[in-house]
Amino acid sequence: MTKRFSISQVVLLVVTLALAIMWLAPLAWAVATSLKPESETTKIPLEWFGSTITFESYALVLGTGGIVKWAVNSTVTAVIVTFMTVLFSAMAAYGFARTQFKGQRVLLGLILAGIMVPPQVLMAPLFAEMVAFGLVDTWWAIILPQVAAPLIVYILFKFFQDVPPELEQAAFVDGAGRWRVFFTIVLPLSRPVLAAVSIFTFINTWNNFLWPFLVSTDPNTMTLPVGLANVVQGTFGLRYAQIMASVVLAGLPLLVVFVLFQRQIVRGVAHTGLAGQ
Amino acid sequence: MATTVAAPAAAAPVAKPKVRHAWTQHGLLFVAPFLLIYVVFLIWPTLLGLQMSFSSVNIAGGNDRFVGFDNYAEAFTDPRMWRSLGNTVLFTIMSTIPLVLLGLVLALLVHNLRFMQWLWRLSFFGPFLLPSAVISILWLQMIYPPDYGLLNGTLGTDVLWLGDPAVAMWSVVLTTVWWTVGFNFLLYLAALQSIPAHLYEAAAIDGASGWDKLRSITLPLLRRTTLLIVVLQLVASLKVFDQIYLMTGGGPQDSTRPIIEYAYDVGFTGYRIGYASAVSYILFALIVIVSLAQLRLFRKREEVTS
Repeated sequence: MTKRFSISQVVLLVVTLALAIMWLAPLAWAVATSLKPESETTKIPLEWFGSTITFESYALVLGTGGIVKWAVNSTVTAVIVTFMTVLFSAMAAYGFARTQFKGQRVLLGLILAGIMVPPQVLMAPLFAEMVAFGLVDTWWAIILPQVAAPLIVYILFKFFQDVPPELEQAAFVDGAGRWRVFFTIVLPLSRPVLAAVSIFTFINTWNNFLWPFLVSTDPNTMTLPVGLANVVQGTFGLRYAQIMASVVLAGLPLLVVFVLFQRQIVRGVAHTGLAGQ
Repeated sequence: MATTVAAPAAAAPVAKPKVRHAWTQHGLLFVAPFLLIYVVFLIWPTLLGLQMSFSSVNIAGGNDRFVGFDNYAEAFTDPRMWRSLGNTVLFTIMSTIPLVLLGLVLALLVHNLRFMQWLWRLSFFGPFLLPSAVISILWLQMIYPPDYGLLNGTLGTDVLWLGDPAVAMWSVVLTTVWWTVGFNFLLYLAALQSIPAHLYEAAAIDGASGWDKLRSITLPLLRRTTLLIVVLQLVASLKVFDQIYLMTGGGPQDSTRPIIEYAYDVGFTGYRIGYASAVSYILFALIVIVSLAQLRLFRKREEVTS
């Protein structure tokens, strides 16, 4: 046991700790700035702590800004996107993995090909489409294109292919229909992989910027990242403590969720990221 | 329909045609909801974009004429297109190398420190969970300002991080590495954890040092993961837009403007959405080439290893 704490372990710890401090410093600086009185935020030479610790900026941001509304918009859209993506992708993946129908191979090929299409290059045609549908400045404009995620179908397709079919067959023998088998046997059985892709989808949607930025001009439908970017370029002017309070408020939810569900999130991200192949 | 599979031999290979028959039902219904959204919001825009790139359409849908390859011809002689494409490629090279190497180093460090895992993971992966707007505003407003910013204030330097055309791209890369290295770090960490412990135990019995184990067990077994991470990173970096748009707006003097921002500029502020599509599709072609190269690479490797 004593051998574990050899010199190399100490060196390892020191190096990692130094890197971790470097990585946390920008976040700590945002928090420190947000807690200073506004007049002390741009002091030179810089100081980590102001003369007092004040939550005034948080009160101002929460009281006057649209940050609460945007947080609600972000949460609602991300939850809907995640739910629709996972449900529809799981159904499609199951359809491809376990049933036969006409044109199946062509459709599967079409979905695999779509993995290569970066949504960013579609901004012009997709925007034109939203204008034609009259969906600009609605939640559906933000939600629907993000549900069209072929990678998730592919990941679940590969998962369903590896699930032994015996369990389902037993249910068929007992007289269950295909839909019941899917909802009562296949989905519960796939909980870990569904959790993984849900987490992955939620993080991506919550953080997405370009598309929601293009389709929302009305502050009432903006998501958190879009609203924040708008405000900083607009009305806030140079109120650094307030800007940093907004930054902390906008960043906090996902960090708190991460601390609480670290194991699941790490597994979800790693699994989905590596399953790309 | 259940009666067709009720035979006890249903699971046996002989009865397969029968089973298949029962399984055929509803197939298309399972696929339909996703397929509808997928066709309307991915396939159709992909084709529409291609068509738009051959037209002179503006953002209001007016002036929609077929102009053949005019947009592409214009793009290939447009110095600002080349500049922004060059910036995107430059950013991709400059960011991919540190993002992959540092991701590996961080994962090796954390994997070998068997305590306080949650703290290391929070430190290195935490920033990845923040929206691009959050990290861009933070670095733009409080880290990079030359006078009161954290970086110059701590280092005692006098650098114009985002204001100097020779430095700005490096600053964008620095922020990006800080922000996204956690993703590669997690992928490497997962790969490290899946290496069976008995390999190391066997090596230890043979008297191998920590360095030997790293060189002859860990790194060779990470080769496939590395290849995957490099490709994912290349594609992700080619799509760079958010942090550059929000921190520098493409400046100073166009030194950081990526091609997606140029497409956005000509399409959404210049209203030439046909030309914007052509510019986008040049990047699209580049990304498809990288993805196809990756597929070939992986297929070859699989053949070699199996």
